[in-house]
Amino acid sequence: MRVVFKKSYDPDIDLHEHGWSRGKIVVLLGIMILLPFFVGEYYLAEAANTLIWALAGMGLMIAVGHTGQVSLGHAAFLAIGAYTDAALMNVGMPFWVALPAAGIVAGVFGAVIAIPAVRMSGIYLAIATLAVFVIVEELVILLEPITGGVGGIMAPTITFFGISFDRYGELENFYWLTLGIVALVTWGYANLMRSPTGRSFLAVRDSEVSARALGINVTRTKSLAFGLSSGVTGLAGALMGHYIGFFNYELFSIFISINLLLVVTIGGLGFIQGAFLGAILITGMPQVIAILRDNLNASTGIDIGSIPGLDTMLFSVILILFIIFEPTGLYGRWLKIRTWFEIFPLARRDMFRRQKSYLKTERMK
Amino acid sequence: MELLQLVIGGLANGCIYGLVALGFVLIYKASEGVNFAQGDMMMLGAFIALGLGNSEQAGLPFGLAVIIAIVLMFGIGWGVERVVVRRIFGQPQFALVILTIALGFVFRFVAGSIWGYTPLVLETPFAGMNLRGGGIVISVSDLVTIAVTVVLTLALWAFFAFTKIGLAAQAASQNQMAAYIVGVPVMRINSLIWGLSGAVATVAGVLYATRGAIDPNIGLLGLKAFAAAVIGGLGSLPGALLGGLIIGVVEPVAGRYAPGELAKMSPYIIMLLVLVTRPGGLFAQIQMKKV
Amino acid sequence: MSLLQVKDLAIHFGGVKAVDGVSFAVEPGEVFAIIGPNGAGKSTIFNLISRIYEPTRGTIHFDGKDITGLKAHDIARLGIARTFQNIELFDHSTVLANLLMGRHTHSTTNFVQNMLFMPKVRQAERAHRKRVEEVIAFLELEAYRKKMIAGLPYGVRKVVEIGRALAIGPKLILLDEPASGLSVEESQDVAFWIEDMRRDMGLTVLMVEHDMSLVTQVSDRVLAVANGRPLAMGTAHEVQADPQVQAAYLGTPGEEAA
Ligand SMILES: Nc1ncnc2c1ncn2[C@@H]1O[C@H](COP(=O)(O)OP(=O)(O)OP(=O)(O)O)[C@@H](O)[C@H]1O
Ligand SMILES: [Mg+2]
Repeated sequence: MRVVFKKSYDPDIDLHEHGWSRGKIVVLLGIMILLPFFVGEYYLAEAANTLIWALAGMGLMIAVGHTGQVSLGHAAFLAIGAYTDAALMNVGMPFWVALPAAGIVAGVFGAVIAIPAVRMSGIYLAIATLAVFVIVEELVILLEPITGGVGGIMAPTITFFGISFDRYGELENFYWLTLGIVALVTWGYANLMRSPTGRSFLAVRDSEVSARALGINVTRTKSLAFGLSSGVTGLAGALMGHYIGFFNYELFSIFISINLLLVVTIGGLGFIQGAFLGAILITGMPQVIAILRDNLNASTGIDIGSIPGLDTMLFSVILILFIIFEPTGLYGRWLKIRTWFEIFPLARRDMFRRQKSYLKTERMK
Repeated sequence: MELLQLVIGGLANGCIYGLVALGFVLIYKASEGVNFAQGDMMMLGAFIALGLGNSEQAGLPFGLAVIIAIVLMFGIGWGVERVVVRRIFGQPQFALVILTIALGFVFRFVAGSIWGYTPLVLETPFAGMNLRGGGIVISVSDLVTIAVTVVLTLALWAFFAFTKIGLAAQAASQNQMAAYIVGVPVMRINSLIWGLSGAVATVAGVLYATRGAIDPNIGLLGLKAFAAAVIGGLGSLPGALLGGLIIGVVEPVAGRYAPGELAKMSPYIIMLLVLVTRPGGLFAQIQMKKV
Repeated sequence: MSLLQVKDLAIHFGGVKAVDGVSFAVEPGEVFAIIGPNGAGKSTIFNLISRIYEPTRGTIHFDGKDITGLKAHDIARLGIARTFQNIELFDHSTVLANLLMGRHTHSTTNFVQNMLFMPKVRQAERAHRKRVEEVIAFLELEAYRKKMIAGLPYGVRKVVEIGRALAIGPKLILLDEPASGLSVEESQDVAFWIEDMRRDMGLTVLMVEHDMSLVTQVSDRVLAVANGRPLAMGTAHEVQADPQVQAAYLGTPGEEAA
């Protein structure tokens, strides 16, 4: 176990309590920056995709993990982000205007629908977001002049000062751009969580009555959180649009909303790191399945490639297992493993036993 | 006339939404959460009936096939509660939401692997039969749907109002802790309710299948049924049915007089309107948490 | 002038008259206790003052200002803090974070500044931390600073709740059964803290408590309620001697009513 002696409050206020953990982040970021020099085109594209999913996951994490607002319709905000960005760039706006605009439009939209929705308790908000998702999907089809309707829309190539960030032509550039945006958002998110705003999110998540008694305006806090959540997801949507290149409303199906929920739940609710772990899992899984499939096919001749929906099925089973056996997600499991090693050999068997909370019910007792 | 025709077809559709919505409500009362696999349970029930009844499959008589399907789905619902849902008792509500969404995918995968993804038609004794009169055509399956829904609703109501288990379930749904303390076997009742909602879902699925072809994705109808349950106010059985009927009727009527996209949105728009004006649904049963 | 003045306060839940015409005034620097049998409406009075419930009739004045029309989240800013009978802490945060949440009304930075963590935010964080450390020292919570609430013993959580209320820096603190479920030594600590809050921090205390020895020890005046109606007001001894109060406690004179 590492003991940190403190002479001021600053180490507690800083993002990292000690140099070691700051060093780890720097090394990780360094590896990510240098990645294009080590891996091929295919894996670099996958890495960019993972980053985009992590970004969207962070968006959802703000709502679900940190404010306790479940959304089943976050694909709607991906769509709003993607269409806003593409539509603005198609009328000649530069990317550095279109991208923030995509985030802001999605964010404002999210915040506005959250205002009536926050009056509803947990499950009803989830439902309302689902309805919003369906409505947005149909609106995309209706607003054909802007969105290209069923036919779809093209996300133009990004260029800054004459440098191209085309996803196919200059993949490294696109990857770095994505990495930069993700790093920036992560930094802002982490800052938010160590500030009064982040604490008010957690307060609202854990006990609304006491949050109120402490002077926290629950409606405003929830709608701010939901707005930020939608905004970040909107940014991810814009990047996703550029990553895919040409898309229509089908890109943002209800399954994307559910995959996003998977990202945050499996990754670890309430941890920013969880969004990344979840994103790695969800984008890595199809690769693993593909490799297994090829091996299986080569060694035994059994071809499971012909079974449609196998990926989704496996995801679902993993999800079920996680919810039952490890509700804190991958990151929660990692924390436990780390603690186990840090205090070795002092860990007791019941140390990580879950607190049963049978009485937790939203009905009046 | 045309409107009347639309309304009757809509009512029959609405009955199916209503039945699936009943399943939502049952489980909401038992587990205080939403079973997002309800639509997929409906789908699975329909496929089991089809697998047992259709001539090129098991080929049992229609009635027998349906009854076996109902019993099997009761068992599946019961088992899901015993094996999975019970373990997450006490976790936040949305754990159940995510869990059941995942379960829905599993059901869909199972159905898809067995019966494939091309639409299949359930063979029924009354397929293609119509009644004519006064310028309108009513299909027998519409009438059967409406009749079965009425009977099933009455049966459920009687179950909860008169039987010992039904009364205990009522008590448990109002205050699980208190019921547990006075000796109501809350856990066993929850399993029973899940079984029951599996059975109701099967009936809904079979009725759905009498009206058109089915494929593993028809479970998505659950979303609309869900809107119905919410309009009625998740805790109310008659509310669920009413919500289903409202949606069932509004949809085709809106489709007739407004652009198609608007018609598709209509259930959700109604739901949002209800949620905004009456956050607990038309038959609100939500109470504030006491501190 | 009274710090808190409650006039003819009433709230009805359907047919239940949980509070029905209660009036009292709390003077600055006073420790005022409300006692009464279970279900008398004591917690409901607190919920009315902290604006969680809408009164059916009556008014509440604080510091000369009518607060009856305010929102629940406006109350803390005026200087009223409270604890809850059934502990409403933020279970998945540390003790330190819980106490810092009590500083919410004192934060002046907006979310954009917070996201960029501008120097101003850091300065404010240092100031909040300093105040919270004072509360930690006062309540002797040093050992628990970085512990999650979810794993803490009941007694400690109860104290953390008091700490969170103190972190607000209130003028008036409402304590709903601060000693219930505590051991004798722990309730003795609570008694000392209440004394110190009044003497050293200049706080006014309004509390609900069943433990009559604690009430007798710390309170200046006591109001007894039953069935939502006031029965008697006076010193602890006067109220305990009141025949109506004794009748309300089913003939068990004074002592533990719960
Ligand atoms: N939100 C509510 N809805 C309906 N009834 C309520 C509500 N809140 C309180 N009551 C009722 O008001 C009455 C007074 O309750 P209250 O909690 O104020 O009692 P109390 O004096 O604090 O009792 P205890 O000593 O047990 O804490 C009780 O009958 C209670 O059931
Ligand atoms: Mg009380």
